[in-house]
Amino acid sequence: MSTSLDPVSDDVEVTDNIHENQYLTFLLGDEEYGVDILRVQEIRGWDSVTTIPNAPAFIKGVINLRGTIVSILDLRERFGIESVDYNELTVVVVLRVKGEGKDRIMGVVVDAVSEVYHIAENDLKDPPDLGYAINMDYMKGMATVDNKMVSILDIDQLMSLKDIDDATESGGKAGA
Amino acid sequence: MSIDMSQFHEAFFEESFEGLEIMESELLTLDVGAGDVEIINTIFRAAHSIKGGAGTFGFMNVSEFTHVMETLLDEMRDGSRDVTQFAVDSLLGSVDVLRTMLEAARDNTEVDEEMVAARYAVLNKILKEEVSDSSSVDDVEPVPAPPADASVNNAVGEGWVISFIPHTDLLMAGNDPVRMFRALSELGELSAKVDYSKLPPFTELVPEDLYLSWVLTLAGDISKADIEEVFEWVEDDCDLTITPLVGNTQNEQAVAEPAAVVEPVAVSTVAPRPVKEKVSDNSAANQVAEKKKPVTKPKKATESASIRVGIDKVDEIINLVGELVITQSMLDQVGEDLEAHAEAASVGGDSGSQKINADILLRLNKGLAQLERNTRELQDGVMRIRMLPISFVFSRMPRLVHDLSAKLNKKIDLQVSGEETELDKTVMENIGDPLVHLVRNALDHGIETPDIRLAAGKPETGILTLNAYHQGGNVIIEIKDDGAGINKARVRAKAIEKGIIAEGDSLTDDEINHLIFAPGFSTAEVVSDVSGRGVGMDVVKTSITKLGGRVVVQSEEGKGSVFTIRLPLTLAILDGQLVTVGGESYVIPLIAIIESLQVDRTQINAVAGKAEVYKLRDEYIPIIRARAVFGVEDNKADLHESLMVIVEVDGSPVGIIVDELQGQQQVVIKSLETNYRKVETMSGATILGDGTVALIWDVNGMVSVHKKKLNNGVIKA
Repeated sequence: MSTSLDPVSDDVEVTDNIHENQYLTFLLGDEEYGVDILRVQEIRGWDSVTTIPNAPAFIKGVINLRGTIVSILDLRERFGIESVDYNELTVVVVLRVKGEGKDRIMGVVVDAVSEVYHIAENDLKDPPDLGYAINMDYMKGMATVDNKMVSILDIDQLMSLKDIDDATESGGKAGA
Repeated sequence: MSIDMSQFHEAFFEESFEGLEIMESELLTLDVGAGDVEIINTIFRAAHSIKGGAGTFGFMNVSEFTHVMETLLDEMRDGSRDVTQFAVDSLLGSVDVLRTMLEAARDNTEVDEEMVAARYAVLNKILKEEVSDSSSVDDVEPVPAPPADASVNNAVGEGWVISFIPHTDLLMAGNDPVRMFRALSELGELSAKVDYSKLPPFTELVPEDLYLSWVLTLAGDISKADIEEVFEWVEDDCDLTITPLVGNTQNEQAVAEPAAVVEPVAVSTVAPRPVKEKVSDNSAANQVAEKKKPVTKPKKATESASIRVGIDKVDEIINLVGELVITQSMLDQVGEDLEAHAEAASVGGDSGSQKINADILLRLNKGLAQLERNTRELQDGVMRIRMLPISFVFSRMPRLVHDLSAKLNKKIDLQVSGEETELDKTVMENIGDPLVHLVRNALDHGIETPDIRLAAGKPETGILTLNAYHQGGNVIIEIKDDGAGINKARVRAKAIEKGIIAEGDSLTDDEINHLIFAPGFSTAEVVSDVSGRGVGMDVVKTSITKLGGRVVVQSEEGKGSVFTIRLPLTLAILDGQLVTVGGESYVIPLIAIIESLQVDRTQINAVAGKAEVYKLRDEYIPIIRARAVFGVEDNKADLHESLMVIVEVDGSPVGIIVDELQGQQQVVIKSLETNYRKVETMSGATILGDGTVALIWDVNGMVSVHKKKLNNGVIKA
């Protein structure tokens, strides 16, 4: 299921750090997005959350993950893509996010998980800086796998607290 | 064989700091003039174990310093020195220096050498004062000047004769002569002659006692200090004489000391007698150093991460776990019976099954009830592990009062009660500073100077009372003084001047009293270094609020003030009231709730067409709609018969409208910030019985968000 497009696959470095280049991908509508597989803690089905008052709309709320309080973020709303109703395929990908001096655990709601791809560093191209729905800061790069385009996300940027704070500020004023 | 000593460091520091506390408190009880031998003994013992430990772990500066203190204490103990106020004060000062040294050793930071040297000078000066009394052991070690010292201690010679007569109980303390001999043999060529004349017949021999004594000859170029170091641990458990090997004429010591090889009398001459001139030289030099102020105070280290738990508490938990196991097996049995019963029922025969069913159900219920009790008790038991008596904090106060009353020229009697009241370790660590602030304040602003007190018809000595007790899941700490009380007119004037209140505001006496907690408020006419910087009370209030507690003040002019601090027993568990707002469950900390009631339409008033207020008895309280604060759609125009929870925010009541009131329950507090960010209206989250998350309100945050939304026009009343 994983397709290596690595032209220099005989490179020892690459084979040694084989996980460095593995990405879990998931779907948002027709688009496929990938995250570093080492950052994925677990994948679970969508379950109801406890909403946080005055939080930005893309923060769905918090859940009890075996005794830890974990916040859940809706990726569609984060990207400003039209949101859909959650169904039995809707999953939450629980990710380990780095930044602001500590590691956090956060969940993202996506339509469905897709594949695990092995993408070499060289095949990760800079995304074209136009006509794209997502802020370029959240993108680590793009790759073509099986003639499909996969956007690799920089989850640390995507889930940074600063963005949540900014959104909370504006949400607080405009909300209610 | 080498053991990694660093693993014991933590225990050593913990014990040493405890020892320091003992020394401090005992020194404070020591009566000047007639020193109680028991008290001096206690202080001596504490100093001695610090010295021993420090020596073992290689903190030589600590052990040397303690040694000088010990010398002074020793002289006080055997009566050759009077217990003077000066001596006690300098010993107290030495305790401080020792604490700094230990802290520095623990944190691997530099010790302020000047401060240490100055303290040495003071101690040596006291020791030197009564040199006429030289018959006693005046083993002053001029440690601050090691080079000068070296000429005495490191006398070059051919060797030493050591008479080592251990007391019979030497082995009890875990000391092993063989190990010491081995250490000695590393210094030079050692030959030992054992004297076994005291050895009893085999039938009378107690294997734990030591009957042997030795005469050791150690040849080589060895300093006496090195030998002493080997015997450091046991110097009180043996009679030790170290004399130079006969024929060694280079050493001045040889002249002073008889060259007898074995001295059977119990005289311990551990340290060499220094040349007196050297001591005075040292102290003179150090007195110069003393004039310079100690420059930097090493920063306070983080609190220790370990905890000492009484064995009874551990035993209790073990018992509880035992009970839990029994309950578990009981429930297991019920489960098996139920399974067997289900099988039997499926095969057929329905007649007796109903009865058996009822029986199993009864047992199941009983088992579950037992499980619930076990869980609760186990939870309590585990929580109690974190509980420490409040004396940990209170014990700082006598010293503080002692020092401050001298500084302020006030006479103060400190009365402490309820020291055994237990409190969570984390709460304890964070309540220390606020308490110190309050005590300082009571001393500085509360209690008057003796002449003013006498003029006011009060006894000369002011009374400061510290009291702690448990009250319904909370710990109450009271700080009470019989001083001047809060001058309401002055507080009011000051608050107006600082812009905290407006000129025309009418305030109750209580409200005026609570103004002292407002940020930037201080009425002290002279800003002293004791208090009066105007940050104290504000900080006190904030730190207590942070701990989930409250502080209130009651005061009567001319009679005194009482500060009452109410703290939760623990930070991990909270008594909460469950409420629902917009379909979500929330927890309101019970400590914040004054009462809950059903709104009566006739009592609602709108002020300036904006905010709503509620007339509760003779008070008007602001109304906050939780739905509006949370941005949840609110279709209730009329609040009649709505439920309102009245909470205390900054000392005044606020009514919060909620959808429903549910039960009260204890919840375990979880942080929202671990994986998310701070939520202004919430202080944390918890997991309810059904596994869902409920957020815990921060009522202060609710009020400020409400204010913000009101100002932004998000909420219309």
